[in-house]
Parts: sequence; structure tokens; C-alpha cells
Amino acid sequence: MDISNSWDWNAGKKEIAQFGNWPASFDWVEEPYASPDGEKIAAVVKTGEMEFSVCVNGTAWENTFDKVWYLRFAPDGRLTGIVSDTGQWTMAVDGVAWEEQFDYLWDTQFTKDGQTIVCAVQQGMQYLIASNGALWETKFANIGHSAVSLDGSRTAASVQTESFNEGEIFKFQEGCYSVAVDGKVWDRNFINAWRLAFSPDSQKVAAEVRVNLYEYTIAVDGQAWDTTYPIIWEPCFHPSDGSVFAPAKADGGWTMIRDGKPCWNGRYAQVWHQMFSPDGNRLAAIVAPKYGKWTMAIDDTPWSRTFDGFVTDACFSPDSSRVACIGVNDKRYQVCVDGQAWSEGYDMVWAPVFSPDSQHVAAKVEKDGKYTVVVDGQKLKESYTMVWDPVFSPDSQYLLLKALEGSGSDTVYTRTVLPLKDILG
Amino acid sequence: MNDEAAVDKNKIYDEGIEKGAEKLTPEIIQNVYRKMVDAEGGARLKTYVETCVSCGLCSEACHFYLSNDKDPRFSPAGKVKQTMAVLMKKKGRVSVDFMKRASEIASTECNLCKRCAMYCPFGLDVAYVMLFVRRLCHKLGISPQYIQDTAHSHSVTYNQMWVKEDEWVDSLQWQEEEAQEEIEGLRIPIEKEGADFMYSVIGPEPKFRAQLIYQAAVIFNAAGLNWTMPATPGWDNSDMAMYTGDNEIMARTKRLHFETAMRLKVKRIVMGECGHAFRSIYDMGNRALGWRMPPVEVTHSIEFFYELLKAGKIKIAQKYQPTVTIHDPCNVIRGRGLHEMLRYVVHAICENVEEMHPNREHNFCCAAGGGVINCGPPWKMKRVDGNKVKAQQLFDAKSRGAETCVAPCHNCHGGLEDIIHHNEIGMDLKFLGDIIYEVMEKPESVL
Amino acid sequence: MHAIYNFVSGPLAWVAFILFFGGILYQLISRAIMAKKKDAFIYEYWSFYHAFRSILHWIFPFASTNSRNRPVLSVVTFIFHICIFVAPIFLFAHITLINEAFNVSWWFLPDGVADIMTLLVIGACIFFLIRRLTQPDVKFLSNAWDYVLLALVAAPFVTGYWAYHQWPGNQLVTILHMLSAEILLAIIPFTKLNHMFLFFFTRGYMGSEFGAVRFARDW
Ligand code: SF4
Ligand code: SF4
Ligand code: SF4
Repeated sequence: MDISNSWDWNAGKKEIAQFGNWPASFDWVEEPYASPDGEKIAAVVKTGEMEFSVCVNGTAWENTFDKVWYLRFAPDGRLTGIVSDTGQWTMAVDGVAWEEQFDYLWDTQFTKDGQTIVCAVQQGMQYLIASNGALWETKFANIGHSAVSLDGSRTAASVQTESFNEGEIFKFQEGCYSVAVDGKVWDRNFINAWRLAFSPDSQKVAAEVRVNLYEYTIAVDGQAWDTTYPIIWEPCFHPSDGSVFAPAKADGGWTMIRDGKPCWNGRYAQVWHQMFSPDGNRLAAIVAPKYGKWTMAIDDTPWSRTFDGFVTDACFSPDSSRVACIGVNDKRYQVCVDGQAWSEGYDMVWAPVFSPDSQHVAAKVEKDGKYTVVVDGQKLKESYTMVWDPVFSPDSQYLLLKALEGSGSDTVYTRTVLPLKDILG
Repeated sequence: MNDEAAVDKNKIYDEGIEKGAEKLTPEIIQNVYRKMVDAEGGARLKTYVETCVSCGLCSEACHFYLSNDKDPRFSPAGKVKQTMAVLMKKKGRVSVDFMKRASEIASTECNLCKRCAMYCPFGLDVAYVMLFVRRLCHKLGISPQYIQDTAHSHSVTYNQMWVKEDEWVDSLQWQEEEAQEEIEGLRIPIEKEGADFMYSVIGPEPKFRAQLIYQAAVIFNAAGLNWTMPATPGWDNSDMAMYTGDNEIMARTKRLHFETAMRLKVKRIVMGECGHAFRSIYDMGNRALGWRMPPVEVTHSIEFFYELLKAGKIKIAQKYQPTVTIHDPCNVIRGRGLHEMLRYVVHAICENVEEMHPNREHNFCCAAGGGVINCGPPWKMKRVDGNKVKAQQLFDAKSRGAETCVAPCHNCHGGLEDIIHHNEIGMDLKFLGDIIYEVMEKPESVL
Repeated sequence: MHAIYNFVSGPLAWVAFILFFGGILYQLISRAIMAKKKDAFIYEYWSFYHAFRSILHWIFPFASTNSRNRPVLSVVTFIFHICIFVAPIFLFAHITLINEAFNVSWWFLPDGVADIMTLLVIGACIFFLIRRLTQPDVKFLSNAWDYVLLALVAAPFVTGYWAYHQWPGNQLVTILHMLSAEILLAIIPFTKLNHMFLFFFTRGYMGSEFGAVRFARDW
């Protein structure tokens, strides 16, 4: 089931492409992207006067376009880019454009398995969602916060349902926005509808809504909670029991709300980015126990280690027992796992990842303009011109390192599978 | 409750205030007031209002007072006296007309420029009190129409100008194409994760002043910088919700702004030449979310240009010739002490500089700031007439030869433009970026 | 008369001092708690260095721009505040009274100097009154209470001067002197005269915000 099962996990280094040569072949080479399995490197390139394409492992797509942007690999390894031809836009997947063309499209999203590609579309100054190229049947005056269900079968977005002119503040305050699921709008309008969440079974949608200028709450399938809050953040569903959780401000501070009732006792200066452990038994969130102090709270218990700057990119281990995040103090980025920060700080740290057996944590880091990967606080011996997020092998014995090595025209893109025991010594 | 005769004949009609007030009764006002003071009216408010010794030492700090023939109603303490002091004394039992007038005073007669805090011996912060009154007006639904509409725009689009998501990316791509006609290979790198900085601008740039994005791109390109702009909402750093007192929408938009920078893994946010947006992301918005300081470092263009010039990353081909004078935008001068860097930059790019007086921290505001210009056309003349001192400053500078006024702030531009036009001063207005773009060496120029 | 004198100089004096010091403590503590609850970040941004820097610039005349803009007012205000503190605390007659009651004493001013200081306070009060009545903005800002407070501040000095010079009605005036001084002490913490101690916090906070966060001067 895991996509990475089929990848090449034999230890050793492969030189994939002489990336440094590309600028000699093209007028312009943009920043490169590495495929999830590391077997490909791709970049938007200029092939001629107002003619763009994508170069993959040294070979450009046969098709060229007036413009290519937002080049991204889907999790299944397909390469997507938003492309335009004669003023019309569409999605190109591995060099082949969708048949449908649009006035504009953007905000590419993928399902975890990469099978579904969703994006927002503008057609004749009206807005809707396209899923693998298939459009909603209804169009709206505006759209935002698009979301796709876990299985890719459904899409939703916040949409404008009533028209009003700029300056018509009282019309606006009657409620001109709602949520559309697969193009079908909820019965009720709100002042605003923001970030959406699908239930894990794709059946239900929850959204942050504003019911009047001052009261905020969560609406599930168009039904707003009875209680309102002076401010609220994005909802999420419990992995199995269907209840909805969102951080909100309630008597005395920020806390966690479940189906309209506070479910944490703690009151914080901030709570957001809540997430359930894979087994559904634990709920963690980024919190500020005190003004200006940031950490993670797991089931309402904050770590004692706090950061003055901010905390971001938190994740649970696959076995639900551990939590990792990035903590920042005065521009010094650190990885923090289970409340323990790795001693070394970096100029930048990318989202940490757990090994499938939950024993190890790895992250891409940057220091003094060079990049490398850190595993359990242990830095790789070398630094590189660029690396991409590390990936653990399914058996947690190996780490996949995708890197650009060397500089100038000697820059090579390599894919290396490293035995963990070599890194950790 | 007030008799009709007492209502000023020259009263300006603002739909937001008038129609909003139709729903109000003294009871509603009192209720809302009590709730708000209970929750948010703390030691600061109490002290600022009750400790004022009515000495009038702040009066001459305020351009509104000076420009309205020293009408005491425009003195900073006078604005408190007519609004918060009464509310506190009467514990919120005031008439609907009183609140309408309070909304007008707080939203259109104070720029929240904090100059008075530098003239009051006690450092009483009238701007804070006026903002409190604005928040009360927000809670009562009587904010002026135009700025309220802007707050609505923030709530929907996360930008100031109802710019839709596709329009934003489209305008970046369009500016990139335009710039490529001048400079080959120029890029506006969209969504480039791990760039050194994210460049953020305010809503009017893509909508009305797209050339500013173009110019910034040319400058960054010439300096060989690794930068990016987001393709998602969160690109806009401006904030009128901050100025209507809608702290919740302010918090929402600022959260997205900073989280966009975090998502892009940039080390800092460099922002365009805007004053109030700087206040929003350096001071008010971050605090509303619990960040003591901006979580991702924020650098205003003045400071950024200073860095670039000082490091020799941009070279000046020939300095700007016409004599310039400098308008110090309060939000980055009193708000961030950038006045000496501003002078370094101006002297580095201009041959002749004539200062306005007073200047630096003591500059007079443009009377557009603090959301006043965003209250729209109904209030325009009141605002322009409310800043004769600025007109005088500009005249003085002009009489000493200044032909161009440098104002590194969007709102200042709007405000000064109106002042210059109305008083027929005849002066050019420029951003630093305008001049740098004009005088810099453009190595890869294909022209 | 004697009974009244005893009452005013005894129990009432105690009440006044208790209200004065207790009031100050109450105001400071209640504000500190309120600030903790509703303006928590005051504590976050408070910086002693910048607070003092600002306070010093505002305590001395001509150290701030506004003070330089108004030389007469600055001088009058400065002298007024010095005298209003120094004269009563270092007055020989006051120290004698305290010495009799508690057997402690300290350095005192020559009577002639104290006399001049008293006159300066009275003169300053008249100056403030005229300013309040003639300057339109100050007049607009003033309410009845501002005038009452000014009178209450002047009263102990006028009566003190009167009593010291043994003018007619001196006995009654002495009682009035004590009474007015006691009233003044008692109300300081509960009126805008509390700027006496709140000054250090409001100015200090502005100094901290300007100095430590905004890197700008506030004088
Ligand atoms: S406009 Fe400026 S000087 Fe005037 S009252 Fe407002 S903050 Fe004070
Ligand atoms: S200077 Fe300060 S104390 Fe004096 S009137 Fe103005 S706000 Fe009040
Ligand atoms: S617009 Fe400019 S001068 Fe005016 S308040 Fe803003 S920063 Fe100040």
C-alpha cells in the first residue's frame, strides 16, 4: 500500500543527471524539483522565444508552452505543471496537457496516493473546481479554500453565493458566502466561510464560518454549532467517531472545542494546527502556554520546553507515540522531538519526518547556504548545494537522500540510499 | 437624545455610520460597552484616560489641531474628552448620536500617528484610546462605510482590494512578462520554497500600482537576490481590519501572512514601501496572535534598500537630479526608527536633499494614515483641510528648491497627493523604488 | 478649638497618611493585576533601560522637544514640582512636629528658603489657573474638578504661609492648613493627581515601546 515499497532501496549512490549542464542547453532553468522516489529531477526551462517546457533528467518534454509554472511532483511520481497556450490554461501531466482548457487555473492539490489532481479554475470570470480535469457543474463569483477528500472522490470550497458591489457593506453582512461540495451549495449563507475539512470517510465537510461580524463557529454540512466564539480556527474531524474539533477562544483564553463544547481544560495564549495521532487516541496542537512562548501540547499537556519565536511543521509518529516539530528561537531553527530539542540550530529546517517504525526522525536543514539532512540529531558528514526532504525506507533501515552535489556546470543530481546504521554510527 | 439643532449642519453623511446606527439604542450601546470594557479595557485604558491632567501639552503635537485653527476639539486630549472619557464616566450610557460622533472622531480625526505620545509628558497614548473607541464602534457596527468594506475584503480575500486569487498570480506573471521586454531573463519567482526572502506588498499594488512590483523585480534582479512571492492568499501585508478595530480579522489575515512565509521556508519577509502594513506585521498583528515579535523577521523596504546600497549590491548610474525633500512616514519612523536609514538611502540616490521641518521622529503625519484615507471620499476634504501644516511644510521645502517629495509609504502617497493637488503646491511624489529604478545601473538591460 | 486641633493633627493625620500610602499601594497593585489579566504584554515589553531613559528626558526641563518649545511653562512646572515636594518634607516646623511625636528628625531648610518655595508654589498655581482659563485648548479640556484640584493643591501652601506669618486668624488657619493638607494627601491616589506615581509607569512604558521595540526616541 505504501508507494515507497516499489522504490529502489539498494544501498548506494546513483548519479541521475548532470544538472549543471542544463543552462548550456536552455536559455533559462528554474529551480529544480526531485521526484518522491528520487529517480527524477525536473525544472521549468525556456526552450525558445516565449516558449517554455520542462526538462526531466536532461530531456525536455516534447510539448512546449507559452508558460509553465507551479511545477510539482504528485506523490505517485507524476510530474505536473500549470501551462498556457494561446491565452488558455490547463494542467500538463508528464508533458501531456489535459484536454480541457480554462481561462485560468491554480492551487494544485493532490490526494495522498497522487491519483487525484485538484485545482481551482476561472472560466469566464466565474470560478469552480476541477478534479482530474472534470469540472463542477456550477460556477461561482469567487472561490477559495478548496479541499479534496482523502479518497479523492469529492471536492469542496468556500464560494460566493450572492452578488454584491464593492462598498455594499450591509448586503455583505447579510451573508454572501457558503460552502460548495462537488459544486452543490449548502442551504445556508454565512458572512464568511473559511478553511474546510473532509471527514475521513469523505461523507462530511466542516468549515470555519462567521455568522455575524462578531461571532464565529464551525458548520458541519451547513449546520452551525449552537455555540459561537469571538474567534476560531480551522476544524478537523476525529479519525473515526465523526466528531469535529477546532481551537477557539472561550472564557479566558484559547482552548480546544469538540462539537461546540470545550474539551481541554487548559487556557492558552494561542492554540492552532491541531492534529490527531494515526490511531485517533491523541490530539496534539501547537500552543502558546504563555504570551510569546510556543510549544506543542498533547492532549492538553504542553511540553515544558518552549520557544520564543514560533513552532511549526508538527507531526505524529506512525505508531502515535511520538511528536516532532520545528521550534524557532531568535532565527535559530531546531528540531524538537517529544519536548527535547536537538542541540544544533540551523538557519532553516524543513518538516521533520518519522521512520515507519517510529524510531527515527530526519529533517532537511540549511546552514550557511549549504544543505544537508539530520537524523536523530546526527548530521550527515557532507553538505550539499541542495537536498530534498529525506525519506525512510519501509523497513526503516535506510534513508533516501536526494541531493545536488558540486557547483556550477559540474553540479550533479544524485540519489543515495544510506544505511541508517552508517549515519548513526 | 441630543436635540437636532445641536447636530452640525456641515455634517458629513457616511452610510456605514448612519445606517449602522439605525439598529442601535442606548441600551445596546451600554451592553456592548460593558462587555467590551470588562473583557479588554485594562489598566492601560484606565490610566490613559484617568491620569490625563488636561494640561494641553499634547495639543500642538497634532496636525489636525494645528490645521483647524487650533480648535480644541481636535487636540489629542480633546478627542479623548469627547469620547472615551464620557463613555467611562457614564459607564457606557450614552446616546446613539454620541456614538456616531465618537465614530467620526476616532476614525476620521485621528491618524493614530502617536506624535502626541511624544509631546505628552506622561506618554499617554491617545492613539491607543482612539483605537479602543474604533473597536467599540466596530462592535456596534458603526464603522465608516469604505474602511468597513475594506475590512470585509480582508476577511474574504485576505487582501485589501478584493483581488481574487487568480488575478493576483496573473498580475505577477504579467509584470514578469513586461519586465522581460526590458531585461532579458528577469524573473518574478513565484512559490520558490527556500528563497532568502518573501517579498510582500499591499493590495493596491497588483490593482493600481503594478509598476511597483515590476520595479522591485528589476531591483532584486540587478542585485542578484534569491527571493519569491507567494501564489496564494497571504501575499498581502496590509491591514484595515487593524484600523476598524476588528482584531479578529486582523489576527486571521496576519496569521496567514506569516504562515505563508513559514510555508515558503524563507528567512525573512521584505515588504514594499508601506507604513501601516509594517505596523500591522511588526507590532499589532503579531501581538494579537501571541507572537511577541514577528515570528519571521520583517524588513521594510527602507531598511532593505539601505542594506543593498550599503553592500554595493545596487549601483547608481547617475544620482537623481531634482532637489528632493523627505516625508517620514510615522509607522516606520516613530514605529521603527528607520529615519537615519531613510536619509542614507535618499542621499545615496539623490543629488540634492532639502529637509522638511520638523522631521524624523517629529515629522507630521500625512493625515491619510491610521485608516483615515480608507474612510473614503466622504471624508476626503476634511482630511485634506485637516493637514494645512503638512501643506505648509511642503511649501517651505519647495521654497528652498525641493521639486520632489520622497514618501516611502503608500498611504502617505495618497494623502500627500491630495494635499499637493488641493493646495496647488506643484511637487512630484516618489517612492524610493521609483527613484532607485530610475537611477540604478541595470546590467542586463536589453534596451 | 483645641479639641479640633488635636483631632486634626492626630487621628485625621493618621487617616490621611493611611489613605495616601494605602491608596498608592492599592492603585499600583490593582493596576498590576488588571494589566496582567488584560494587557499582559505590558510586562513583556517593559525595558528598565528604556523606561529610565525616557523618564529622565521628561523629568528635567529642556530635555524633551516639547519642553524646549515652551520654556516658561517648563521652568514653572519644574520649580513647582520641586517645591511641592521639598518644601513640606524639609520644613523645620514639620520636622519638629515629627520629632516630638516619633523622635526622628532630618535635615531642614532655612525658613527663608522654605518661605520662598511656598510662594513659588502659590505663584505656580496662579500661573496654572490663568493658563487654564485663558488658553482655549486647556480651557476646553478642563472641567470643574480640574479647578477644584488646583485649589486643593494650593490650599495647604496658602494656609501654611498664612499660619507661618502669624496673620490674623492664625489658629483657625493652622487647622485649615492641616486639614487641607490631609485632604490633599488622601485624594492623591484616587484622582488624576495620581500622576505623581503613575507618571513613572506611563512614561516608562512609552519609553520601553519606543526604545526597545520601535528603536525611536519619545522625547
Ligand atoms: S492624529 Fe496623531 S497626534 Fe493627533 S491625536 Fe491622533 S495620534 Fe495624536
Ligand atoms: S499632554 Fe497628556 S496629560 Fe496633558 S492633556 Fe495631553 S494627554 Fe492629557
Ligand atoms: S500614511 Fe504615512 S504619514 Fe500617514 S500615518 Fe501612515 S505612515 Fe504616517
